Amino acid sequence: MIEQAPALILLFPFFASIIVALAGIRVQSVSFPLTVISLVASVLSCIAVLVRVVNEGTIRYKIGGWTPPMGIEFRIDALGALVVTAVSTVGLLAAIYSTRQLPAETGDRTSQYYTLYLLLMTGLLGMVITGDAFNLFVLIEVSALTSYALIAMGPGRAALAAYKYVIMGTIGASFYLLGVGYLYIKTGSLNMVDIHEQLIARGIFDSTAILVAFILITVGVWIKMAFFPLHAWLPNSYAFAPTTSSAVLGPLVTKVMIYVMIRLTFTVFGADYTFGQLDWSDIVVWMSVAAILVGSISALAQTDLRKMLAYLIIAEVGYMVGGVWLADEMGLIGSIYHIIADAFMTLCVFLFAGIIFAKTGRRDLNAMDGLFTKMPLTMVGFLVGAFSLIGIPPTAGFFSKWYLIQGGIASGNWEYVAALLISSLINAVLFFRIIEIAYFGAKPAEGHGEHHHGDSIEEGPTEASFSMLLPLLASSAILIGLGLYNRDVVAIIADFVSEINFGVISR
Amino acid sequence: MEFFEAISAKFNYWVYVIIMMIGLYAMIAKNNMVKKLIGMSVFQTAIILFYVSIGVKDGATIPILYHDQVHTGHHHDDHGEEAHHASSEDHGTSDTGHHETDKYGYPTRHAPDVVIDGDDFANPLVHVLMLTAIVVGVATLGVGLAIIQKLHREFGTIEENEIHDIIKSGK
Repeated sequence: MIEQAPALILLFPFFASIIVALAGIRVQSVSFPLTVISLVASVLSCIAVLVRVVNEGTIRYKIGGWTPPMGIEFRIDALGALVVTAVSTVGLLAAIYSTRQLPAETGDRTSQYYTLYLLLMTGLLGMVITGDAFNLFVLIEVSALTSYALIAMGPGRAALAAYKYVIMGTIGASFYLLGVGYLYIKTGSLNMVDIHEQLIARGIFDSTAILVAFILITVGVWIKMAFFPLHAWLPNSYAFAPTTSSAVLGPLVTKVMIYVMIRLTFTVFGADYTFGQLDWSDIVVWMSVAAILVGSISALAQTDLRKMLAYLIIAEVGYMVGGVWLADEMGLIGSIYHIIADAFMTLCVFLFAGIIFAKTGRRDLNAMDGLFTKMPLTMVGFLVGAFSLIGIPPTAGFFSKWYLIQGGIASGNWEYVAALLISSLINAVLFFRIIEIAYFGAKPAEGHGEHHHGDSIEEGPTEASFSMLLPLLASSAILIGLGLYNRDVVAIIADFVSEINFGVISR
Repeated sequence: MEFFEAISAKFNYWVYVIIMMIGLYAMIAKNNMVKKLIGMSVFQTAIILFYVSIGVKDGATIPILYHDQVHTGHHHDDHGEEAHHASSEDHGTSDTGHHETDKYGYPTRHAPDVVIDGDDFANPLVHVLMLTAIVVGVATLGVGLAIIQKLHREFGTIEENEIHDIIKSGK
């Protein structure tokens, strides 16, 4: 059983999605328990894999017993094991949140929703562990197609946002597919490790086709992760989707795509090629600076809570892309750490936004009037997520930013360091504004006059239900845990990073 | 002349890029959402053409081993190139009447010395990949059309600018 754990990570949600789809025709009520059980099983498999990878090193799982490079393999190294565990945990927590809120938002279509949800998780988990470039394309599309549908299930403008996402997402995936085609022409292989070995063995790093492949793949992945000039699809998609959808897509999709970028950059093309031969890191770091600033400043201008968070995601994507392209060990550690930390803090704040929407029916910032007294536990969970996004110790966000800034200093990219600090300040402004509204908001001057003037203090929103609080508090606890045990997490990341040779890169 | 040679030598790449740009144009410039999706389909089909075209080899046939190809290791040696072409073109129908036997009169089933030259067959892998990509493309198109249907129900139009107007006036 434990030998098969790499495949089980995927198979539990995959088969559960089929069962949920079939059972949902008759009984909707089994959908949620099945979803949670399969995701718990997936999380356990991930943990088993993580433990094994930490103890024994990279796992190469041959699917169907076919040996790579002919067969498809799952290849899980320290980086993959860490990210896959984070992804499955976030998926489980967001699923738990959904049980109360989903029927209110999608009506009687909960079983369809959970089918898509499980397929989304299958795609995302597969993207992390696969070792095959074409398999990765299929899994990217599996997760993308389901996320289009998960967004379009929202009311009103959600479908329009989803439509734009379909167009942009397809262009991104197609670019990636084209790039893989060029790699296949030159190397005759689709296995990531084998492609890299063939590139070295044939000595074709100078080839224009490889350059074209690199550009196509990178741009394709950037579209998918909403890197700044290509981010237009993201804010409305995440702001108007059902709250469960944004709670699972917001933390996961962009983060997994950044993982994919790291995987392709270092495993397929190699650091020597990406940073040594091409020498574009300065340009990309400047682009990430632009992403950070544009994301943060746009977030300031929003009055819709979820839209504000969506713009913060764009800024966070800038952090991570910049961290990778600093071409520095510390920067890469920071980026990988930030993938994990950001998955949980984005989950935390999006769950908070979902709870607020569920309790007040409103999406704007003033919905949080005086919530500290009415929903203390929810606010505590939110505070941890907000502190992490600002970067206050001992939350995980502080340590990931710490490594990113160290990377920026070590590589001399001061503009990146400045952008990180400015963005942290803006985050502080954003979240202290919310905290202020929630803490002092009961004043009548702050827009309290609309429909329930007198009774809002007695009959206002009450504390969220257990199924909503549990994932919120769990994610905030994980954020603190990740922060307190940052040395152990970094030790696992360093397993991956230490194999990369940044030393030969001339700067 | 050199220009035409440069084009004809890489004809498949030129064609796929042109088709892809047609699709991309429709995706960006069209206002009707269904037309945009059609553009998306054209875009994806161009990539499928690109993949299929890289599997082509001069004088190669479909990557299926015919019965008489498998059981005649010496058949290959005797007839060389011609054997492949004959088998690919004619033997599809005359398969039943043309059983080769070994020197004892039995039809040869096991031929461990069969020589398979990769150059004789088109690369099957790209076709397999594109089968998957076609499925992905169909699924994307389906999701896109379903979303358009939902939009039509919501806004009563599938013109993008009209939907934007409705949203603006709604605020």
